[in-house]
Amino acid sequence: MNQRFISASPHIHDNLNIQKIMVTVIITLIPAGAWAIYLFGLQVLWITLTAIVSAVLTEFVCQKIMKRPVSILDGSAVLTGLLLAYNLPPDVPLWIPAVGSLVAVFIGKQIFGGLGFNPMNPALIGRAFLMASWPVHMTVFDAPLRNNMPVSGIDSVTGATPLAVFKHMREILIHKSDLLPEQVTQAQQTMAELNGAYMKLFIGQVGGCIGEVSALLLFLGGCYLLYHHIISWKIPVAYIGTVMILTTILGENPLFHALSGGLFLGAIYMATDMVTSPVTFRGRLLFGVGCGILTVVIRFWGGYPEGVSYSILLMNLVTPLLDKYTRPKVFGG
Amino acid sequence: MNIIATALLDLVDLIAGSVRSRAFSGGVHPEDCKHYTEHKIIEQCPLPDYVIIPLQQHIGAPSECLVEKGMSVKTGQPLSKSTQFVSVPVHASISGRIAAIEKRPHPGGNQSLSIVIENDGKDEWFDPAPDTPIDTDNIDIDDLKQRIQDAGIAGMGGASFPTHVKLSPPSDKPIDVIILNGVECEPYLTADHRLMLEKTDEILKGLHILMRIVRAKKAIIGIEKNKADAIQLMQKKTKRWKKISVLPLPVKYPQGGEKQLIRAALKRQVPAGGLPMDIGCIVQNVATALAVYEAVAFRKPLIERIVTVTGPGITEPKNFRARIGTPFHHLITASGGYTTSDVKIIHGGPMMGITELSDQVPVIKGTSGILVLDQSVSDLSREQPCISCARCVDVCPMKLMPNRIASFVEHDRIDEAVAYGLSHCIECGSCSYICPAKRHLVHYIKHGKALLVRKRNSS
Repeated sequence: MNQRFISASPHIHDNLNIQKIMVTVIITLIPAGAWAIYLFGLQVLWITLTAIVSAVLTEFVCQKIMKRPVSILDGSAVLTGLLLAYNLPPDVPLWIPAVGSLVAVFIGKQIFGGLGFNPMNPALIGRAFLMASWPVHMTVFDAPLRNNMPVSGIDSVTGATPLAVFKHMREILIHKSDLLPEQVTQAQQTMAELNGAYMKLFIGQVGGCIGEVSALLLFLGGCYLLYHHIISWKIPVAYIGTVMILTTILGENPLFHALSGGLFLGAIYMATDMVTSPVTFRGRLLFGVGCGILTVVIRFWGGYPEGVSYSILLMNLVTPLLDKYTRPKVFGG
Repeated sequence: MNIIATALLDLVDLIAGSVRSRAFSGGVHPEDCKHYTEHKIIEQCPLPDYVIIPLQQHIGAPSECLVEKGMSVKTGQPLSKSTQFVSVPVHASISGRIAAIEKRPHPGGNQSLSIVIENDGKDEWFDPAPDTPIDTDNIDIDDLKQRIQDAGIAGMGGASFPTHVKLSPPSDKPIDVIILNGVECEPYLTADHRLMLEKTDEILKGLHILMRIVRAKKAIIGIEKNKADAIQLMQKKTKRWKKISVLPLPVKYPQGGEKQLIRAALKRQVPAGGLPMDIGCIVQNVATALAVYEAVAFRKPLIERIVTVTGPGITEPKNFRARIGTPFHHLITASGGYTTSDVKIIHGGPMMGITELSDQVPVIKGTSGILVLDQSVSDLSREQPCISCARCVDVCPMKLMPNRIASFVEHDRIDEAVAYGLSHCIECGSCSYICPAKRHLVHYIKHGKALLVRKRNSS
């Protein structure tokens, strides 16, 4: 007998590990990125690669400086870079993803202690930083679409995402007494066209950030993750459901709001970020509901046309509280 | 707003709860690995040259030693007597001379006072069994319980709680159901499975005795669906009795956990911190039922049991009938020895079993299996940080938050760990099994329990 292994039970383990989780999530995100390359052109690929390389480099340098074990192979930095890129407009200069990833990994993650200890979604921290620092780069969507713009009247508006158009038209309609009748009629027409553009929104023939345009591909990716138990249904369903219910109550088209903007990307891939979302059954439902409420509030009354990232960041901060107050009742208790 | 939200969530819970029906919530699905031994007929293990019999093989007060070094004993002779109610004696499992009474390694860990008997090769019985079984129906209930205690019977599923104590609930807690546990949800182990196939009638006779003792109105035999042959056989043999039903259960670990089995069989929940008798039932292992029958009908004390010797580290895995006190290495040699030089020897199954430093430890009353893993299965990976994936929370059959409890224990915050239900953990290991960061969650929790005991003792 040469060697005896001694360890605490259990002696067998599920073969899923952190790396496999990260790699699976990354793989399911690739179709949405491929679609963006098709839609906006090859610069999308360079932006994405820059974001990933910058994220991995930052992680490596941080861990070297902080004298921690280097864990760039676990895939979490790659995922952060990828998600950050997916939250950028398709025509930003390459230094934007580079700086964004640096901030995401360094300030969003490593200074808190690395993977597992960050309170907020690192990719969204990176995006919020870019948004605050270079708002023009982050909100101008000039990239021409392969099949032209889906909705007429959009060309005249700065920031050509469907949600930006929606917000603009909504303002016009709210203040219609101050405007000429033609303007109002035109706004009403545009709104109607927006609301009728489901298929384009669903497939992704619209302007927007790199990763958010195709609701269909994100949905398919989400289904794959659900099937393999990488994510659970609670947050995405509660999130998207809340947005649809609230927009209905507010008299708008729920389907338009569900499919447009970053909702699918956010609900399926970012609100479900394990580290920064609750672990309890009720906690996850409430987290999704909270994200939904904040998203609608920002979209309707906030300063931005889009509210997904900030609502997730805000809800990230309540995650510890949600976990604390939604503890499951012990079996038999 | 808050009230509405809570009400809505309660509704969701309610719907989810009613859909779940038979199964408990949570649980994991490890590969069952029963193919090594499930079709192998139980073999009598040749008697070893010596046996090591620890005086403490049960939960409760230690029993008092009756013998001295140098004495000759016969098979089945009591070696100790119980001095308290929650205690059972041990018996000589072979005939021979007592070579030593000293501390020896115990399979449960640490050293324990043990009686070592050298085999004289005769296997002479102290109280030879009658040729025909004694008619148990005429024996008084208190007498039955006394016989069960005197035979040294403690739960044979692993926890080893004295059986006669379980059969003596206070008068204000009537028992209406006995659940016979034939679930055997630990991967690799097949001892109970084989027993149900080969000793069906005896197990059922034991069940009748148990039912008579507590005046149970019915009995349910819970068996996991991966033992279809045992389910069929039990169903066939119990067809005549209306009081006994066989319940096929979904294959899910830890389906054989006492509280989880009761939930599945009766849809009753054992109150947190309570006992099955609080809700009118008791659970007994199938091997215990057999031991009860043999003790009562043949005056045979608990000196042998079925042990599955299995795993990729064993040349020829087998199910053995082995005498209590047989050293592990004797059984392993009888199974063709190790397949490799680097092994992990486990007392019990892979989910809850304890690794042994030495194969010199003996089989005790709670040894359902000896599992030997080779390097390919022995998981020695490092812990990574928790990524809050919630898998442990989802699978916990006790609905605890293993991630939180473990991290409280890690930081020596025992009070908070207790507030999060530390003491309710059944140590099934599902959380550690599922953790993608390979954190040793259940280990922290067990450590926390030990710290808690130490803290309570010192204050």
